[in-house]
Amino acid sequence: MSNNWEMVIGLEVHAQLKTSSKLFSSSPNKFGSEPNENVNFIDSGMPGMLPVMNFGCIEMAIKTGYALNFKINKHSVFERKNYFYPDLPQGYQISQFEFPILSEGYINIESGDNQKKIRIERAHLEQDAGKSIHDIDPKYSFIDLNRVGTPLLEIVSYPDLSSADEVINYMSSLRQLLMYIDVCDGNMQEGSLRADVNLSVRKKGQELGTRCEIKNLNSFKFVKQAIEYEFQRQINIIDGGGEIEQNTMLFDTSTGETRAMRSKEFSHDYRYFPDPDLLPVNLTQEQIDKIKPLVGELPQDKLNKYLDNYSLDKDIAKIIIAEKQNANLFEKMISESTVKPKFIAAWLVGDIFAFLKENNLEVNSLNDKTKDITDLLRLISDDVISNKAGKEILPKVLNGEGKPSELVKELGLEQVSDSGELEKIIDEALIGEEENILKFQGGSDRVLGYFVGKCLKATKGKGNPKLINKILLERLKK
Amino acid sequence: MKNSISQIKKSLIEKKISVGELYDEYLAKAKSGNNNSFNLVIDRENNISSINDSQNRYDNGNPLPLDGIPLGIKDLFCTKGIRTTASSKILSNFIPNYESFVTQQLLNDGSIFIGKNNCDEFAMGSSNETSYFGPVINPWKNKNSQKDNLVPGGSSGGSAASVSEGSCVASMGTDTGGSIRQPASLCGIVGLKPTFGSCSRWGIVAFASSLDQAGPLTNCVEDAAYILNSINKHDFNDSTSSNHQREDYLIDINNSLEKKIKIGIPSDYLEDVSDDILNQIDNTKKALSKHGIEFVDVEFKTTEYALSTYYILAPAEASSNLARYDGVRYGVREDGESLDDIYLNSRTKGFGDEVTRRILIGAYVLSAGYYDAYYRQAQKVRRLIKNDFQRILNEVDFILTPTTPNEAFKIGDKLDPISMYKNDIYTVPTSLAGLPGISIPSGLSKNGLPLGVQFIGNYFEEKTLLQLAALAEKELSFNE
Repeated sequence: MSNNWEMVIGLEVHAQLKTSSKLFSSSPNKFGSEPNENVNFIDSGMPGMLPVMNFGCIEMAIKTGYALNFKINKHSVFERKNYFYPDLPQGYQISQFEFPILSEGYINIESGDNQKKIRIERAHLEQDAGKSIHDIDPKYSFIDLNRVGTPLLEIVSYPDLSSADEVINYMSSLRQLLMYIDVCDGNMQEGSLRADVNLSVRKKGQELGTRCEIKNLNSFKFVKQAIEYEFQRQINIIDGGGEIEQNTMLFDTSTGETRAMRSKEFSHDYRYFPDPDLLPVNLTQEQIDKIKPLVGELPQDKLNKYLDNYSLDKDIAKIIIAEKQNANLFEKMISESTVKPKFIAAWLVGDIFAFLKENNLEVNSLNDKTKDITDLLRLISDDVISNKAGKEILPKVLNGEGKPSELVKELGLEQVSDSGELEKIIDEALIGEEENILKFQGGSDRVLGYFVGKCLKATKGKGNPKLINKILLERLKK
Repeated sequence: MKNSISQIKKSLIEKKISVGELYDEYLAKAKSGNNNSFNLVIDRENNISSINDSQNRYDNGNPLPLDGIPLGIKDLFCTKGIRTTASSKILSNFIPNYESFVTQQLLNDGSIFIGKNNCDEFAMGSSNETSYFGPVINPWKNKNSQKDNLVPGGSSGGSAASVSEGSCVASMGTDTGGSIRQPASLCGIVGLKPTFGSCSRWGIVAFASSLDQAGPLTNCVEDAAYILNSINKHDFNDSTSSNHQREDYLIDINNSLEKKIKIGIPSDYLEDVSDDILNQIDNTKKALSKHGIEFVDVEFKTTEYALSTYYILAPAEASSNLARYDGVRYGVREDGESLDDIYLNSRTKGFGDEVTRRILIGAYVLSAGYYDAYYRQAQKVRRLIKNDFQRILNEVDFILTPTTPNEAFKIGDKLDPISMYKNDIYTVPTSLAGLPGISIPSGLSKNGLPLGVQFIGNYFEEKTLLQLAALAEKELSFNE
């Protein structure tokens, strides 16, 4: 039924910037403190207090401008967005309105097997509000102002998205980029990245419908659920002969449903006007240019490098670039050793990530173990130990239980690659095997496997299989 | 003639009086409270350590620039540990835990605060009649009608009255559209509004951020220079604070100006004014001409738009600046059934009529559909007014105007807001342009009431402005 319908979605993503202090005050910008611990006179809206802009936020916005292909505006203006709410102590939020710092950007996302360009209308800096807590007391609400004044970058896309999957790809690409350029920690659970979804439906090829805005979604799962629910809700209304009202919706995470919070009739008139306590932000080209080198390599740059210079498989390369810390670890290992990048990548994405997942560890926890890891990989790739032995030692190395070479000795896992010794073992293994030798010489290759196995067993698994193979062939062909 | 700061300091240095005795002298007058010029007076016990420290510095021969000088502080400056109300019910229980930048400078220079001066509620008014703590009475009386209580002007009416009545040596005021200059004029004292950006707004209860500026109300021009030396400093915590190099305003204050001076008199300001007012300009012109100062007629093209521009922009900013007074975190809260009721009740009961009027006007001119017609248009006109001043200040060094269109009027006489707003007709344009202006007493009206003239200088030219005012003051001084 919904086959003829398509959804049209634009996204407003709020990214909390990773500055040490707030946008207009010197209070610490951090999550998880005691309620109202990170609050000063400015944050609490005391009489006569004045905002002072934290230039670090401007630098982060400029970085974002480069990463998301924005036009970086030399002139931007902070304005006041006026509304009353107990967690908004000033009675207004300082935000950018008519003159945002960034305009007209885009990113490319994956859509099915293709790339799709998603245009971004603008991004502007603004203050976050505090938190109202309604579930502690039946009569009173409680206010935590810690989040007041935290710097946000609001990134507003054009309505270029047309499925929940595209929205999620767009959000995760944004998240990846913002984390790469180190302006946002990307922690959605803590609210560092949240989205408002503007969704309307239309019959394919027809004009845009009336949109509803679903507020404040802070997980990919909720975004997907909310979009799917809202899509169907709007179709049902239209199919039932109704009209869509332009509403602001809340997503109820317990029921998976969206419901109207306020209609357009009751929408606020925010009475924006330039904040007279602050000067307009006027940047020089020099100030903007200075930030460019700080942007660093972006995921797409790394992907190309990994494919072209390191010959990685695309799937593996993508796993590595998914998060900057993966890529950092990988590149650190490459820089510290001569083991082939492709070999390192395979182990990283395989056993090493599996170890991290099993032990619930951060990628960064391995940053000081990279030398040991590459030493181990060196032993494997040089055939000093077998692949199997490598897998056995790896967890011990990652746990910091010892140096790879010592562990190999301790556990007696060093491969026997001394051909004299192996020759002796092979000669012994061939005693009494005349029948099988004849079979081999008669053309039965399968017997070779049997002999290799027998020899490995005799070396307790430590014999270098390649060498055993080679010597066996020489012996058998005689 | 009241004692000037330098005379008082001389007495303190010569030990003719102690800091404590000086304080008691002014405190006694402040406490008598005949004119309601203080919202709060600070007893000697509560200032005892400041008084002792100050006396010690005199005894040790190293007094600070304002050591021991009893000052009044408009109740708009946040003072640490001392109730700060903005003369509003909504802040009537508010005790800040911080000291405004400007008052901190005054404390650093050794002055002692005798109390918080009454003012119009949130500095909105021209007669000090909007105060929650009642009107201030002008110490001057109409000689033809002695029994009438007159307004001191506003909004720094308590400041002006207290300096005039002698309950403090000088007072810190704020000026948004004339709130220092107009009451100074009506109370026969000196009032200086420095260039916008000179003195930090940090810790001053905000009325209209793009216009508010702190300045002194004093007995003489030299005293204004004393205070300005203390408070005129760059403050990193006020983004609109200018970081230009400050001068010493006391040095050479009494020396005549070095170059030949040309002063413009805007002819359009003098249309339809009373003889009393015209006389002030004529007297000043005559007195200064003797010193070789040249006067020329100048003409503004924007004067008629200034008041309406001001009464769009100032309320717009105020409507937003006063949003924080919601009864949630501090100040007076009136309970209600819902959050909206708490807001509605607290703000309805917490604000007086004039403040409510301006919040409503401000919200209106910023609202969707009206913004372009009012707020944006007013911003454009403000730019034109600035340009108009720049054009004239390219031709002349200073501008001379009356400070007010009339003498002090009776309390309760001007009930219509528009006629009240017209009181600021000569001070508002300067405020919109951000220029410095000083009002000095220039003579008495037919009713024996003081009147003032205003000198306007170029941006950050307070030094020469004060020199000119000091010269004029010498020529124009009159006895009470």
